[in-house]
Amino acid sequence: MALLQIAEPGMSVGPHERKLAAGIDLGTTNSLVASVRNSLAEVLPDAEGQPLLPSIVRFLPDGTVVVGREAQQAQALDPRNTIVSVKRLMGRGVKDVINIENLPYDFVDAPGMLRLRTVQGVKSPVQVSAEILRVLRERAEQTLGGELSGAIVTVPAYFDDAQRQATRDAARLAGLNVLRLLSEPTAAALAYGLDHAAQGTFAVYDLGGGTFDISILKVSAGTFEVLATGGDSALGGDDFDHRLYCWALEQANLSLLPPEDQRLLTVKARAAKEQLSARANATMQARLSGGAWLNLAIGAETFAAMTQHLVAKTLEATRRALRDAQLKVGAIDGVVLVGGATRMPHVRRAVRDLFGREPLADIDPDQVVAVGAAIQANLLAGNRERLGSRNDDWLLLDVIPLSLGIETFGGLTEKIIPRNSTIPVARAQEFTTFKDGQTALAIHVVQGERELVSDCRSLARFELSGIPPMVAGAARIRISFEVDADGLLAVSAVEGTTGVSAQIEVKPSYGLSDDEITAMLKESIGAAEHDMLARALREQQVEAERMIAATVSALASDGDLLDALERLAIEKLLAATQARAAGVDADVIKAAIDALAQGTEEFAGRRMNRSIRAALAGKHVEHVLSR
Amino acid sequence: MSRSAFERRGLTFESEAAACGQPLLFCSGSQTARRAASRFFPAYFRSVNFLGSTVSESPDHFALLGLERGFALDPAALEQAFVRAQSKVHPDRFASASAAEKRVAMQWSAAVNGAHQALKSPLRRAAYLCELHGAPIEAETQTAMPSDFLQQQMLWREALDDAGDEGAVRQVIEQVAHAHAALISDLARLLDQEHDYAGAAKQVRQLLFLDKMQRDFAQRAGADDRADELTS
Repeated sequence: MALLQIAEPGMSVGPHERKLAAGIDLGTTNSLVASVRNSLAEVLPDAEGQPLLPSIVRFLPDGTVVVGREAQQAQALDPRNTIVSVKRLMGRGVKDVINIENLPYDFVDAPGMLRLRTVQGVKSPVQVSAEILRVLRERAEQTLGGELSGAIVTVPAYFDDAQRQATRDAARLAGLNVLRLLSEPTAAALAYGLDHAAQGTFAVYDLGGGTFDISILKVSAGTFEVLATGGDSALGGDDFDHRLYCWALEQANLSLLPPEDQRLLTVKARAAKEQLSARANATMQARLSGGAWLNLAIGAETFAAMTQHLVAKTLEATRRALRDAQLKVGAIDGVVLVGGATRMPHVRRAVRDLFGREPLADIDPDQVVAVGAAIQANLLAGNRERLGSRNDDWLLLDVIPLSLGIETFGGLTEKIIPRNSTIPVARAQEFTTFKDGQTALAIHVVQGERELVSDCRSLARFELSGIPPMVAGAARIRISFEVDADGLLAVSAVEGTTGVSAQIEVKPSYGLSDDEITAMLKESIGAAEHDMLARALREQQVEAERMIAATVSALASDGDLLDALERLAIEKLLAATQARAAGVDADVIKAAIDALAQGTEEFAGRRMNRSIRAALAGKHVEHVLSR
Repeated sequence: MSRSAFERRGLTFESEAAACGQPLLFCSGSQTARRAASRFFPAYFRSVNFLGSTVSESPDHFALLGLERGFALDPAALEQAFVRAQSKVHPDRFASASAAEKRVAMQWSAAVNGAHQALKSPLRRAAYLCELHGAPIEAETQTAMPSDFLQQQMLWREALDDAGDEGAVRQVIEQVAHAHAALISDLARLLDQEHDYAGAAKQVRQLLFLDKMQRDFAQRAGADDRADELTS
């Protein structure tokens, strides 16, 4: 009966029902998966003992896909089909990607997000990322010995809505149940905070392969509250490599290189950069495709000087985050370094000089994000075992990095939710019509800090139509923005004066439609279809049993929330589901489950409201229940 | 800078944008176009349910956080109440619940965040109390201000423009801060002791001006690094 035991939401399940959960750091250069095992959060290595999976995906002509080191070795041989740093392309169009002309891919511009033409056809960055995530999911399931019940995937704090949405789509495509998208610096802060039992105000400086984040957090007993965040989602170790690459071209008097040589030289540049983190000098040696040899020596000071402008950009973002948090540098109790690029000595020096204190880097900067994500995934999955002597319960409060608004007359942005608002957040604002008899409005949703819409990122356009004709200014159109705990936005609009709720039209200006996701999922399932069918049937049967038991128990405990008609409707759906669950057609069972879920949605919402009111009432029952 | 622009940066009242007559680009949609577009619907807008249902039933900001209704509020107590409420309703507490339950948790959690924001700043807290007691601020329509107050505003702005040295600037800033503090203590008396909400609403309207002025001063002080931000 274990499967049918329904735990109250948020309540712990018995120890024998520990759920398998993982934290995944989907990085620009490397990706990792971690999990809590035996009360210890640790990165799960591959069969060869390697914790890092290079975020490199190669598409081969025979239909196989290679991810990681094997793909890495082929990157200079087959650059067009070997996708490196795909994270920089997530949720981005061709014109959004800096230095796109230096990337050796065959780009296809598509509405919203660019695509890549490979030997296996046109691929979206979401599909490429899903390949990486799939390998990590398989690694976790093999290591942990079972299917993952859920995972947390981390994103740069400064990722906008399009980039977050793309990441969540990739995780879905890889067959992951995403418990939460978690900001990378917040995950790192959690790992440090729990490890050091820290209290106070901390800055997390996270310079990864392709992104930079700075987050300011207030950490107190059991609470991690992000006060402000900032950064640059297109600034990272890759840019330092690129600077060194350009320097090498200048030194060797080279100009346009074939893609193979571009990649080779980039790899050499990265190796030289890594050497310079440990030594005062490094060399770059490469045999180019034309047969010429390149042989260069570089000193740490030269490298520091040529990349100083990149470091300066991170410091500027850091100062702005401090201003947003209304804090002076002196109010920071500790600085944490995250991301492999913080190994560069001149980066560390700059951070130390700005904050006037030695930054913490005692948890491996490559691994700390995955470890923090694993700890949070374990909590969200409902496993409340103690992690060593640490507190076993805590609250993470994160913020949105960029303001959200809509376009108003004249191409100006009207901000509806300001940046650094704690999520989830819901805000509504009223607007009105501009012309007599106007029956529709075009609503353009944007994200960014600039006054002009053209300088912000366009997220979506939709249309509110069916407004009854009125004189200009008489309509009251309420536009509501809701950002959930993953930092993802949903927008709705309603015309209020007549009580008519008008319809919405939506045109996504980025990303993938649900149809596209479904098509990709089908494509990826393909070969293993037979197994999939059997598995799908079993899954639906289990889900049906779970739903039936949950509904029966809900009716027993909270049936008073329903009137007789409502109860009858639910009982009918329940009987239908019970009848179908015995069948062998997964689609039929799923349809019954969906109908039951839909039919009980209002009931579930009322029960949830009741339970939250009761929980809130714990200490102040008289205020809440009297209303 | 026009007066309405002053106020627009003060508080965001729901009626504000409507009263300002903010127009939106309009277009007329045909039924067919609407149906065609609705195919794309789930890709971006995961939910169109108007958020009202739960939130409109929810208690006022003070009750939601379990605080006594009043202007006097210890910031530490507010933070404590905020975290306590959030720890009960945050979606992370319901990560494996059903979609409907997660949605309800998200709405409660957003309401708690909204209450925290509304009560944190004394200005917004005072405005909220006035509204709760039937004396809305309506800054964009209630524009009558005592003339000596307006005159003082102009004097301060001029003094700051003409201020030659650091000391003179600091003097103006201190005067404004002093006036700001005086208004706050007036509000405490009007709201908590005399329960004169209409009187308090008048003070809130004045406070909006001072608040805006203080932010302008701060912006001026940080103008150099902000210029970098705008160009980056």
